[in-house]
Amino acid sequence: MTAITRMWDKIGFNQKLAPYVFVSPFFILFLIFGLYPIGYSFFMSLFDMRLVGNRGFVGLANYTRLFTVDEFFGTAVINTVILLFTGSLLQHVFAIPMAIIVNSPRVIGRHTFKALFFAPFITSTVATVIIFGMVFDHNFGLLNWIIENVLGMEGIRWTARSGPIKATISILLNWRFIGFNMVIYLAGLQGIPRELYEAAAIDGAGTVQQHRMITLPLLIPIIFFGVSLSLIGGFQLFDEPFVLLGGYDTVGGPGQGGLTIAYYLMILGFKNGRLGRGAAIAWVLFFIILIVTTVNRLITNRLQKK
Amino acid sequence: MKKMSISAPEAVKTGALYASLAGLAFVFFFPFYYMFIIASHPRETMFRTPPNLWFGGALWDNVHRLIFVQEQVPFLVNYANSVMIAVLTVVTTLFFCTMGGFALAKYDFRGKKFIFVFILSTMAFPPFLNIIPFYRMMVAFGWINRWRALIVPGMANAMGIFLMRQYMEESIPNALLDAARIDGLNEFGILTRVAFPLAKPGMGVLAIITFVGSWNNFLGAFILLPRLQSTTLTVALNTLNAVSFGEFGMVYAGTAIAILPLLVIFFLASRQFISGLTSGSVKG
Repeated sequence: MTAITRMWDKIGFNQKLAPYVFVSPFFILFLIFGLYPIGYSFFMSLFDMRLVGNRGFVGLANYTRLFTVDEFFGTAVINTVILLFTGSLLQHVFAIPMAIIVNSPRVIGRHTFKALFFAPFITSTVATVIIFGMVFDHNFGLLNWIIENVLGMEGIRWTARSGPIKATISILLNWRFIGFNMVIYLAGLQGIPRELYEAAAIDGAGTVQQHRMITLPLLIPIIFFGVSLSLIGGFQLFDEPFVLLGGYDTVGGPGQGGLTIAYYLMILGFKNGRLGRGAAIAWVLFFIILIVTTVNRLITNRLQKK
Repeated sequence: MKKMSISAPEAVKTGALYASLAGLAFVFFFPFYYMFIIASHPRETMFRTPPNLWFGGALWDNVHRLIFVQEQVPFLVNYANSVMIAVLTVVTTLFFCTMGGFALAKYDFRGKKFIFVFILSTMAFPPFLNIIPFYRMMVAFGWINRWRALIVPGMANAMGIFLMRQYMEESIPNALLDAARIDGLNEFGILTRVAFPLAKPGMGVLAIITFVGSWNNFLGAFILLPRLQSTTLTVALNTLNAVSFGEFGMVYAGTAIAILPLLVIFFLASRQFISGLTSGSVKG
């Protein structure tokens, strides 16, 4: 006991040693729960590793089969990319004008609107999917009732076909995350001096022109940041389709309409027991994210130089 | 005179502005309202045309069935689990991240810059990259169905350490730390008695981020806590939604009870929540 106390005293009183002790929990946890499984995941991806055992080294076969014989991976990539555009990137098209509206000096009670738009962000995915369940219900849903009775068209089977499944997931994602993006853009807008707009107004620029010439160029660093977050999150989309379409068993719902890359990874690794193939998808996903975020950076740099 | 002539279009502009804001507010808030509508209808009036847009009289009945009648999920147990896991996650995360952030903010030591950059760069790894071996490891540790599987791996996380470092670097004066040293406090004493109290506002921000993340976490609880007795509210709701065919009133009542406390706290402290949950992005 006294030895332990003495040791603590030694560490505790030592100003040189203390910072290393203070950051050590991060490194210990990262080594065990981060780095080791990352390394092991690469090792796994080179073997035909299954839940019941390792069937030997296969080289890059787990990777090549994804792009050749695998019947679902291509669909998963296409779905993920479509949802990335309609679910994640589309948000910015809405969020920027919304931020401009909320930021208008005419608006009183700006913060209340901000809070209202932000509220979906703190709601869990499961709750979101359940809430929208009755909106999208085929027979008794609100949306189909409006489509049938107000628009006079035929109701849509929202979760029964590939296209409508994507529309449903996109609407969920937009509803949940637009407010978050709007707040980020709002912070950016508040950094733009109002005199710039006043000067442009004197030069005869209309509202739309002002925003095109002043707001958008000055928001580029923030657009870059928001788009980066969307790319990283969008490529790892899992919760929404998984909960909406009922988990592993449906493999992304009818026509695999909601099967994303991460969803497929989870099916292989957790349902089918194909650990090696799942790990290979994880690495492909990692490199896809690395490439698209780099491309995003390059495009942003070029735009900023202009 | 000139003012008079431009006031009419100005009024139109203001009107259009508020109209679009009201429309947006409706779109964003309606699903929450609709959740309560469904939660308050009995089976008999649930499916109607035109769909229900006003409250029914069965809210209490639905809550009662959810808590006392249905046997698919132990709702109150899951609720308590979610609260406990979130609180434990927040407490441990605050401790370890403030500690790590303090070292990077207020000490000079060899390799500091490298350590800082290294910690930041670990954020680039997507969680899915190691999820399969991570899960196998948890199985090997015997941590499946134990809360520590959700709490321990992330309690000293890069984002939290970064956030606390940024906060403490500016808000804690070095002179105060030296004064504490002269008074005979050791480095742990300085951390817990000087740094912790001064870092409270930063810890508040991290607490909000961590609590919301833990409360809403689905994937982690889904794979690590498969047993219904030990799992969280999000997983229990997902199960309930999948197995209770047509019992929408009950499921929606459960959903409402699950998200209402957080929504109320959010609206009471929305400034802190919004700036906290976006702080990683806006300042970064």
